[in-house]
Amino acid sequence: MIEAAARREDAGRRPPVRLVRFGGLAFRVNVRTLAMIAVSLLLALVLAAWALTLGSFRLPISDVVGALTGGGSDDARFIVRELRLPRVLAALLVGPMLAMSGAIFQGLVRNPLVSPDIIGINAGAAFAAVLWIVTGRPLEVLPFVAFAGAALAAAAVYLLSWQGNVSGARLVLVGIGINAMLTAGTSYLIIRAEINEASRAVLWMTGSVYASTWGDVRVLALALAILAPLAVALMWPLRVMQVGDLTARSVGLPLERTRLALILIACGLSAVAVAIAGPVGFVALMVPHFARMLAGPIGGGVFVFAGVLGGLLVLGSDMIGQHALPVGLPVGVITAALGAPYFLFLLYRMNAQL
Amino acid sequence: MAVIARRDALTVISSRLMRSGVLALLSLALVFVCLLSLRVGSIGITNADALDALFDYSSESYEQTVVRTLRLPRTVIGLGVGAALALAGAAMQAATRNPLADPSILGINNGAAFGVVTAVFFGHLTEPIQFVWFAFAGGFAAAVIVYAIGSVGPGGASPVKLALAGVIVSALLSSWLTALLLLDQQTLDVVRFWLAGSLAGRDISIFYTVLPFLAIGIVGTLLIGHQLNILSLGEDTARSLGMRTGLMRLLVAALVVLLAGASVAVAGPIGFVGLAVPHMVRSLSGPDYRWVLAYSLIVGPLLLLSADIAGRVIARPSEIQVGIVTAVLGAPFLIALARQRNVAQL
Repeated sequence: MIEAAARREDAGRRPPVRLVRFGGLAFRVNVRTLAMIAVSLLLALVLAAWALTLGSFRLPISDVVGALTGGGSDDARFIVRELRLPRVLAALLVGPMLAMSGAIFQGLVRNPLVSPDIIGINAGAAFAAVLWIVTGRPLEVLPFVAFAGAALAAAAVYLLSWQGNVSGARLVLVGIGINAMLTAGTSYLIIRAEINEASRAVLWMTGSVYASTWGDVRVLALALAILAPLAVALMWPLRVMQVGDLTARSVGLPLERTRLALILIACGLSAVAVAIAGPVGFVALMVPHFARMLAGPIGGGVFVFAGVLGGLLVLGSDMIGQHALPVGLPVGVITAALGAPYFLFLLYRMNAQL
Repeated sequence: MAVIARRDALTVISSRLMRSGVLALLSLALVFVCLLSLRVGSIGITNADALDALFDYSSESYEQTVVRTLRLPRTVIGLGVGAALALAGAAMQAATRNPLADPSILGINNGAAFGVVTAVFFGHLTEPIQFVWFAFAGGFAAAVIVYAIGSVGPGGASPVKLALAGVIVSALLSSWLTALLLLDQQTLDVVRFWLAGSLAGRDISIFYTVLPFLAIGIVGTLLIGHQLNILSLGEDTARSLGMRTGLMRLLVAALVVLLAGASVAVAGPIGFVGLAVPHMVRSLSGPDYRWVLAYSLIVGPLLLLSADIAGRVIARPSEIQVGIVTAVLGAPFLIALARQRNVAQL
């Protein structure tokens, strides 16, 4: 990893950039980033195929392929298509959404310790969802409720940070406040609840993909398909903004509008993911760091790379939680456990740089 | 991670006499709140009964028994914990030069929660008095680990490295904690009340158990105001003034562990007091840490007891845990702070 970091610094001086012309348009393409995206996508495909074979009823890979292409026995088709595939796809979609949301927030605030987990968005979803669960309302609409909670919390944070403009630091402070308030409200609800409902609420708050349906997958895929390209398109203005508000304004960037758009996209990504899977912790915080370390500063390509890494992390964690442990644990527990060694490593690298 | 605050010079009281006067007024307010804390609750109690229970106790009066066995321990614990949390917060903010620092950065709350949840899961404990040592040990161990990880390598325990180390340890502990809570509903049922942070239902003997730690922590912190002033000038300045900053930070961390560890052992994790009180206080006392600490000693319990009383009144006849009330009251304050000051950089 240290070697990779050193190579990155070399590459920082001479980025392996090719110019690709396409009709009247020209793109700068970083070949190495492109290769990394390709490799990680391939890895995700292999991991997903492996995940489809695992379970209490093991299937050889040939049966899985058969079931996917429409052949195989009825049982195998049902297990692969209706039980395992939605879960695998949900993991592969939730991961990128959280990771991209984290990357946008870290870029906006210019602080690597920021993520949607700590500025109240997840807490808003959690509060709304727990309120819904402990009052014994129908669970089918839970994702919508969670989404509404996240959206309201995000709107509150944005509006309360507004003072003619929205500075990143103010956004974080206000977010921490809203987060604390909503978390306190959630723990009040859990205390007052009947114990079975409290238990269900804690399970939801851990974050899991185990009960995902095709409907969930469709919602996730739609949100990712709309929001991710928009985010990629805004990566260049984001990098200009990171130089400083003054510089960004002086090169003619519509600063507040761009910032609002980025915040909306990041909130949307995280809100939809959390609405379906619950607040899976540490993905949004951790993955952008990892992507930066492997591929350099976050730009369009590295942003996509971070997304794919997020999918890998959530799918891998879910597989560990489901198959590798004596008791099945939701994915949120595993990502938090993986978070610790990762930050230890980050600290180690920080020491190495000093 | 420094917030450069432009302070409105007018709000800072300049003369020493005035500062002492305001401090005396706040102390008076604290005495009043203590009395209120003895009186207010699911059954109302008159001033006479409250005072009799303290100075002329007769065990035949139901009201006086309530004061003596329930309200008095609660008030005393509130005084101790409020002061400890506020002082710990002020010391952490000086030592790390980070206005968002509070004892939870050292992982103490998470460590204590971890200790309690593990003990309940494996030992099937049920009463808060059994939690005390597990909470204290957990908080202490977490802080030691955070400090050890944060001080490896050149530069020692720098604020950024400490913050990162705190995130690491908290992550690991919270993962373990959630797993245990998911696996055993019984454990969740026992600890969910403790996890919210509360002054209620604690026997006074719990308080006596941790009193030595609390006392050493409070006195020690009050004595190092001058050193905190120097430390808050920054690493380079402090060193050039002849301070051994590494040693000093270690001392601060040790005091904070005593204060926050004892608090969480008695009352469970209570947020926001350590973070908010030093900020509230600074607008009155100015930046001198000797005054900030003295004010925190009074304002901390004032805030915590007020929150506790509010928690008893809002949801009568049941109660809201004080940890929840402090968060709900403290959050708007933090937001106002963020809007008011010129926060340049985080």
